[in-house]
Amino acid sequence: MISPWTTQILPPAVVLVSTLAAIVIFVAGEARQRLRIWVNLTAALLKLLLVVWIGLEVLAGTTFMFRFELLPGLELILHADALSILFASLSAVLWLVTTVYAIAYLEHSPNRARFFGFFSLCVSATMGIAMAGNLLTLFLFYELLTLTTWPLVVHNGTPEALAAGRSYLRYTLTGGVVLLTALVWLYGLAGNAVFTPGGFLAPLAAEHGGALTLIFVMLVAGFGVKAGLIPLHGWLPKAMVAPAPVSALLHAVAVVKAGAFGIIRTVEDVYGLELVAELGMRLPLITVASWTIVIGSLLALREHHLKRRLAYSTVSQVSYIVLGIAVGGLLATSGGMVHLVHQGLMKITLFFCAGIFGLLLGVKRIDQLDGLGRRMPWVSGAFTVAALGMIGLPPLVGFISKWYLASGALAAGMPLVLAVLITSALLNAAYFLPLVRRLWLNPPGTLVEAPIEIGRLPRLALMSSAVATAALVVVLGVLAAHPLSPLNWVVKIAQGYAP
Amino acid sequence: MTPAAQLLIGLVFVPLSTALVAVLLPPRRRRWAVVLGGLAWPCLLVPLSMAVAREQSVVMVFGGWAPPLGIGWRLDALGLVVLWVHALAGIAALPSAWRRFDPDLPESGPFWSLWMILATGVNLALLAADLFNLYVALELTTLAAVALIATDDGIAALAAAMRYLLLAVLGSLMYVLGVGLVYAQTGSLAMHQPGIEALNNVALVLMLTGLMVKAAIFPLHVWLPHAYSNAPGPVAAIMAAVVGKAALVAFWRIWFETAEAPPAQLADFLGLIGAAALVYGAIAAYLQPRLKMVIAYSSISHFGFLLLLLPLASQQAFQGAGFHLLAHGLAKAAMFLAAANIVVVLGSDSIRHLPGLDKRMPLEAFTLALAGVTLIGLPPSGGFTGKWMLLSAAWETGGWFWLVLIVLSGLMSAAYVFRILALTCFHPARRAVHHLHPRPPKITSLAALTLALLAVVIGLYPHPVLDLLGAGMPGMVR
Repeated sequence: MISPWTTQILPPAVVLVSTLAAIVIFVAGEARQRLRIWVNLTAALLKLLLVVWIGLEVLAGTTFMFRFELLPGLELILHADALSILFASLSAVLWLVTTVYAIAYLEHSPNRARFFGFFSLCVSATMGIAMAGNLLTLFLFYELLTLTTWPLVVHNGTPEALAAGRSYLRYTLTGGVVLLTALVWLYGLAGNAVFTPGGFLAPLAAEHGGALTLIFVMLVAGFGVKAGLIPLHGWLPKAMVAPAPVSALLHAVAVVKAGAFGIIRTVEDVYGLELVAELGMRLPLITVASWTIVIGSLLALREHHLKRRLAYSTVSQVSYIVLGIAVGGLLATSGGMVHLVHQGLMKITLFFCAGIFGLLLGVKRIDQLDGLGRRMPWVSGAFTVAALGMIGLPPLVGFISKWYLASGALAAGMPLVLAVLITSALLNAAYFLPLVRRLWLNPPGTLVEAPIEIGRLPRLALMSSAVATAALVVVLGVLAAHPLSPLNWVVKIAQGYAP
Repeated sequence: MTPAAQLLIGLVFVPLSTALVAVLLPPRRRRWAVVLGGLAWPCLLVPLSMAVAREQSVVMVFGGWAPPLGIGWRLDALGLVVLWVHALAGIAALPSAWRRFDPDLPESGPFWSLWMILATGVNLALLAADLFNLYVALELTTLAAVALIATDDGIAALAAAMRYLLLAVLGSLMYVLGVGLVYAQTGSLAMHQPGIEALNNVALVLMLTGLMVKAAIFPLHVWLPHAYSNAPGPVAAIMAAVVGKAALVAFWRIWFETAEAPPAQLADFLGLIGAAALVYGAIAAYLQPRLKMVIAYSSISHFGFLLLLLPLASQQAFQGAGFHLLAHGLAKAAMFLAAANIVVVLGSDSIRHLPGLDKRMPLEAFTLALAGVTLIGLPPSGGFTGKWMLLSAAWETGGWFWLVLIVLSGLMSAAYVFRILALTCFHPARRAVHHLHPRPPKITSLAALTLALLAVVIGLYPHPVLDLLGAGMPGMVR
């Protein structure tokens, strides 16, 4: 049995572990590389352990709740429900892998203390989003995330990086402002309310229907900026100038997922899907998600720059999550939520590989990928696995998500959604298969830059990170039926929302 | 007279006597006097805070005649909050002032003496319970501030001081004219005169306009940017923290206490002026080529923000505005102290020289960033708390225009804050070689950083201040 004090202290502890790491890293300064590596890895492992511990306790039925009154009637609440654990464990696992990758990737570059400091803070903010127990707390960490990712986006300090940073701030701070307005309004109407499965606004619907609709639109738009809903996605491709580990984390876990997670919370725990449907907002949400899925893929097709193509692919794929939530029902909700994890694993693998190609071989454009399979079989293999997963090839994780989404769409009687899913799968194939073909079947081209030699250990770290996440793409797909797989975890969550 | 009321005397006479002692003592003994004087009166705030928390206000009357007939001093929650800003900013500015004007040097006597006169004036203005006492206090403050600005060597500082003097005297004249009219109408100078029907509108407008000049509210702000940006660093910090704010507090007092039920159209009009100030200040701050100018224009923007209390006029809005006053004062003082150190090291505060500074002066860069977070009002920070309360107040009164404006104000602040941060920390030219002067002692950096941290941390634990401010002012909706 776990003491009541521990159930209060653990949620903030999970958040603060990486904050502490960040402080140590900042104070230690640039030169203390060994200390930095140790602090990074220890904090990442500790965080993972804490999340696993909380997860097991949540499974056993313990409730975790930390409340702190910020203002009268305005509480900071950190809690842990199954959905928190889903996002938190994804972040914890991927943070650990990305830390290993980033240490190797940035082996010789300047300003590493600053980079890893903000990197840790960024994970703190993500954990706060995962553990948030009400909208205010979610908003607070959502804004912190903006603050802590901006230094990572502009890390290189080139004019393009600065421009990307400006664009990022313009989008996300405006989104934050829209959220804040919605939040003030919502608190005025409903007071200080905790996330409740099925929502807590239903009693207000009769009297304030119009206001609630408008607030819903504002919340989705505010979170949609980071989730990259078209047309709010403009910052995402530009942010690709950031170093590869940042892109990987931004796309797989932190920023984009924070937006999607916010939408999940809004729909499931603030409004409840029934109320959303009652307000006439379900169909528009499905439409926006479908539109983003298709248009995102089309835009990806147009890009010839590897990372930018991946960026548009993210725009498209993250909307699967929103789509699943909006369609509703056990199957579609599970499919959407599990994509939070599955897309994270696949996308981080792709970005890891793209980063390795870029760092070691100077390969940045798609037409430079020719014949890399022979030069770097492991990395190319990982890339191929993740790309095939994205297309939805069984038994990889992407297939699991899409299968549940498709079955859910049929169960909900929405054949058009199925059409969207099929179109998207075809488009995915259209923009990923040529890459795979280039990697393995095209004759090797000449490299634009001489290959960069790095030490054996960093090289191993880079490759093993990519291979490890690729292996997860396979393993979690094959073992989807295992009781502790993300899929089963998500089905448990979805049962709470859509019995 | 209660024991707490006697402490009010200390708030005025400790700095005043220190001012005298600072000129009279030989340089070698001066250092103890200024340190003692500078640290002693803030200590009085601790028992006074407890008294105000208990009784809402501490009143001291002279000669047994209570206002409105006699005159007296009164310390309420709002005054106390600004006094705390004053005390904290003053203590934090000490190391920086010490470095710049070493008390052991004979020629630095006037500086310390003027600083203490400024402190006397500000404290007196916050305590004044009648309109004439307020006038005297604001005059004292202004004159001391003018002289302090002129302690900088440059010709620009002299010009700025002159401009400030002329405008401030004009403001004083308008104010005192209004005071005369009030006296003619009511036969009393008490700030709060319960039972008067309606204040003469001409008197009200004259007094408010005079105070708007002193509080540098757009479009009567023209003295401020030059004055703050050319003053020596510690002086700018103190001035930005409290000099404008003392006038603004007087402005609020006359609006809510003296006028009691001012015309509603006037409230909306002043709110619109606040809105214009907010936008203008932010745009101007974004365009400035010098760091201290950016910070100074940011003050103009935030004074406009604080004017929004007039149309909102509820207890919650008062708490929000009071809290913002606190957070903004601390953050601004921190920024000016950091800027002072930057000027020492770079020899200029032109933002072209900022790239790469985060490596040389990480503490200063961090201070600017933290204080910036409060200025933008991102959670969790003192700025956010104040903003949230004002937003809730706007929502409750249905003031959608004000609500949207307050929300957008954060974005406008973000523009100039992030511009500075991007230039300082991430600009491509950051590997440029600076011609560097030796950096000032670390304690000056730490003092600035502490203020900035405090501005953020109060956002996590705002209860004591909000409880203090909970009583509101007369004429406010509960």
